[in-house]
Amino acid sequence: MNGNELIPHLFRTEYRKLVSVLCYHFGIQHIETAEDIVSDTFLAASESWGMKGVPENPVAWLYTVAKNKTRNHLKRNKLFEQKLSPEIRYAGTESEEPEPDFSDRNIEDSQLAMIFTVCNPLVSSEAQVALALNLLCGFGAQEIADAFLSNREVIYKRLNRAREKLKEADIAIAPPAAAEIDARLDNVLTTLYLLFNEGYYSASQNTILRRELCAEAMRLVYLLSENPLTARPSVDALLALMCFHSSRFEARSGQNGEIILYDDQDETLWNRELIRHGTFLLERSSTGNVLTKYHLEANIAYWHTHKQDSAEKWENILQLYNRLLQLEYSPMAALNRTYALSKANGKEEAIREAEKLGLDDNHFYFSLLGNLYSDVDNTKAMQYFRKALELAHSEAERRLITRNIERLSSGATG
Amino acid sequence: MTEFLLIFRRDIRKEAQPSPEQMQAAVKHWQDWIGGIAAQNRLARQPQRWSADARVVRPGNLVTDGPYAEIKEAIGGLLFIKADDFDDAAEIAKGCPILEWGGNVEIRMAVSPEDAA
Repeated sequence: MNGNELIPHLFRTEYRKLVSVLCYHFGIQHIETAEDIVSDTFLAASESWGMKGVPENPVAWLYTVAKNKTRNHLKRNKLFEQKLSPEIRYAGTESEEPEPDFSDRNIEDSQLAMIFTVCNPLVSSEAQVALALNLLCGFGAQEIADAFLSNREVIYKRLNRAREKLKEADIAIAPPAAAEIDARLDNVLTTLYLLFNEGYYSASQNTILRRELCAEAMRLVYLLSENPLTARPSVDALLALMCFHSSRFEARSGQNGEIILYDDQDETLWNRELIRHGTFLLERSSTGNVLTKYHLEANIAYWHTHKQDSAEKWENILQLYNRLLQLEYSPMAALNRTYALSKANGKEEAIREAEKLGLDDNHFYFSLLGNLYSDVDNTKAMQYFRKALELAHSEAERRLITRNIERLSSGATG
Repeated sequence: MTEFLLIFRRDIRKEAQPSPEQMQAAVKHWQDWIGGIAAQNRLARQPQRWSADARVVRPGNLVTDGPYAEIKEAIGGLLFIKADDFDDAAEIAKGCPILEWGGNVEIRMAVSPEDAA
């Protein structure tokens, strides 16, 4: 890798570590200082490496420069004596200046501390997702806005409000105590799950950005799964779910970014390595006595890695959705359950059940009805597809429904 | 929507017990039925299974194993759902698999403090 490729790569892997260590070092009131130092460090790298070539150990170079910049910052602002110094957790002798600690151990602690800081229920869940992207993944307001199909101003305000809230509450940036993990991990997993879904189900056409979101969510869950403090079955289950879903990334969109539905996907494009790893994690998650929605969803996703239809597959998926819905209702789960019901128990029963769902403002609902009525009552199927087309939000979804309509009319006439 | 309680009762005499195959089919029926209610977002509380085993406490601190000696029908389970009214709740209850076993479903409506006053 030359400097041009290396810096974006290091930005992805090291930004989070640098920001975490520095935030951990400075405390919540000075996270902007930490961010500024990290940005300056990367800027210095691109200038220096471009001219002098890439240093032998680029990561160590970044850490050293970040350390120096921290030292200079403290001197320059005289903050050291006045207010920052008492807050700094540093066990060194008094004559020494406190320095951020870039040991593996401290990097790990800092990152864990930051994940729990960012995923704090004090701020709304959508702000937590934005803040995670911003502070933990180095995404700017514009990138986040692109991913959320929102505008920069809205995201900028959302981020600032969230930061202010955390500062007002004077949240301590610290790894959670072992006794609090269970209570706090739920919220962390919800946020990372939303972050992944934002990438996976986003209507944004920018597939590179969407994949980046999913990859970041996976990196963060992986971090939790590797830390003895947070390595819980629910974490493994969530990571398994993410592995199974992302294994289909290559197959689920066409050359022009159009959606390719599961049934039409070329399964040779599915990533076997991710499926294997997901299966390993799913097995590892089957311990303890807490069954989370991640376990159920990961199991559903596992069955979807078998492309071939079978009675066993759909019966299992149906029962998993039955349990998932008892745990937590969601319109998407209700629709998917009804689809599984048609595969396991037949269309007649599924149509009866679908008509009770009453999701009249949901275009997926009418697409489902269209599918269920296809070959049963094509006139009705067509009406439902048209209704779905009216309600669809994005161009990609409209194209998909139009294809269904075309398929139906060519089948009906031919 | 109001909360309703469905109480399932069935014949507990030995001769009325299903075979293992029938039991297996029954499990699926129950799960599909409850899953259907959940898919309509009509579950008021998470379903809870209760033991078939029971104790009965009578005056004089008398504790006995189950009500089985005196009665032929026992509670098989409880489910809390959301429905518009009794008719609506009854529509949901009509799908209950206990009916296939000659059991019955009793429906009770949650009473708010104002109603009770």
